[in-house]
Amino acid sequence: MSIVSDNKDALFAYLLRLGDNALIAGQQLGKLVAHGPELEEEMAVANFALDYIGQARMFFSLAAEVEGAGRSEDDLAFLRDGMDFHNLLLLEQPNGDFAQTTARQFLFESFYQYQLAELAKSKEPRIAEIAVRIAREIRYHLRHHRQWLVRLGDGTEESHQRMQRSVDDLWRFTGEMFSRDEIDTWAAESGVGPDPSSLHDAWAAYVEAALDEATLRKPEQEWMASGGKQGTHTEHLGYILAEMQHIPRTYPGAEW
Amino acid sequence: MSKQDWPLFEVFIRAKSGLSHRHVGSLHAADAAMAIDHARDLYTRRGEGVSIWVIESRNIHASDPAESSALFEPAADKIYRHPTFYDVPDGVENL
Repeated sequence: MSIVSDNKDALFAYLLRLGDNALIAGQQLGKLVAHGPELEEEMAVANFALDYIGQARMFFSLAAEVEGAGRSEDDLAFLRDGMDFHNLLLLEQPNGDFAQTTARQFLFESFYQYQLAELAKSKEPRIAEIAVRIAREIRYHLRHHRQWLVRLGDGTEESHQRMQRSVDDLWRFTGEMFSRDEIDTWAAESGVGPDPSSLHDAWAAYVEAALDEATLRKPEQEWMASGGKQGTHTEHLGYILAEMQHIPRTYPGAEW
Repeated sequence: MSKQDWPLFEVFIRAKSGLSHRHVGSLHAADAAMAIDHARDLYTRRGEGVSIWVIESRNIHASDPAESSALFEPAADKIYRHPTFYDVPDGVENL
């Protein structure tokens, strides 16, 4: 299938954002392998990590094709520096305890489900195709993380406290998901993807219902951090990239 | 930190519509909903099934191995219970 957008630079930037979100989410969850609280939960997390890496590959291989500069999906993943990464700040926040991982994944995936639903209608047919596939995976991830949010929130005093603290801590990174810059405006105007701000109300209603079921309080915080999409990151991204990239950078072209 | 083990569940998977659920293994989970999720993650990763049953292992009642001779051996010499004395019409594949 051919690429219909005429603004290749904007499309490339847009695809990198989607791919970087998936790659960083996958790398973060992958770090939990061999550290899961239960064997069964660990398998679930490993599946999620691999799903995300698979999603990143789809976005990156399309991005590489759009760019047409001879870079591969691996080049995009392993040979870019922090300021060239465009993932949401939320996703680079540390795994912390299990409540924090749960809160991060829940807050992102509850947004991602609506983003994917809109991307499935993209005028860029390849993006629509990828989004339909990914939406199925994310429905399950979200179901899992929502379940844990409720279990921990409505669990023991200790688990409730930790779950609330994690939601409170990460809340300031949720605003970025709905912020709009020139790339988002281009995507919305050309029918490639949704205007992020249009997803906010559905997300807020979904999250509020889940927090309510989990007996958690919706944070009051108004100030929101942003910058990830434009390449200005928190201190955590550097460590993530160092771990993820050091082998391919130390041994360029190495293969299994 | 107190460590309380999750109960054990037995997992049954239906490989495709029309077949019956078969026992595939067991796992730990806090409750049935979690057990179904875990079963999905552990036992259907390679497209093994279309439906999952889970049951808490303590709800399964088993026959006593010590009684197996009384329970099962009498059936061994009752060949008249097998429908082998009928002619099977041609073309019947599954009887």
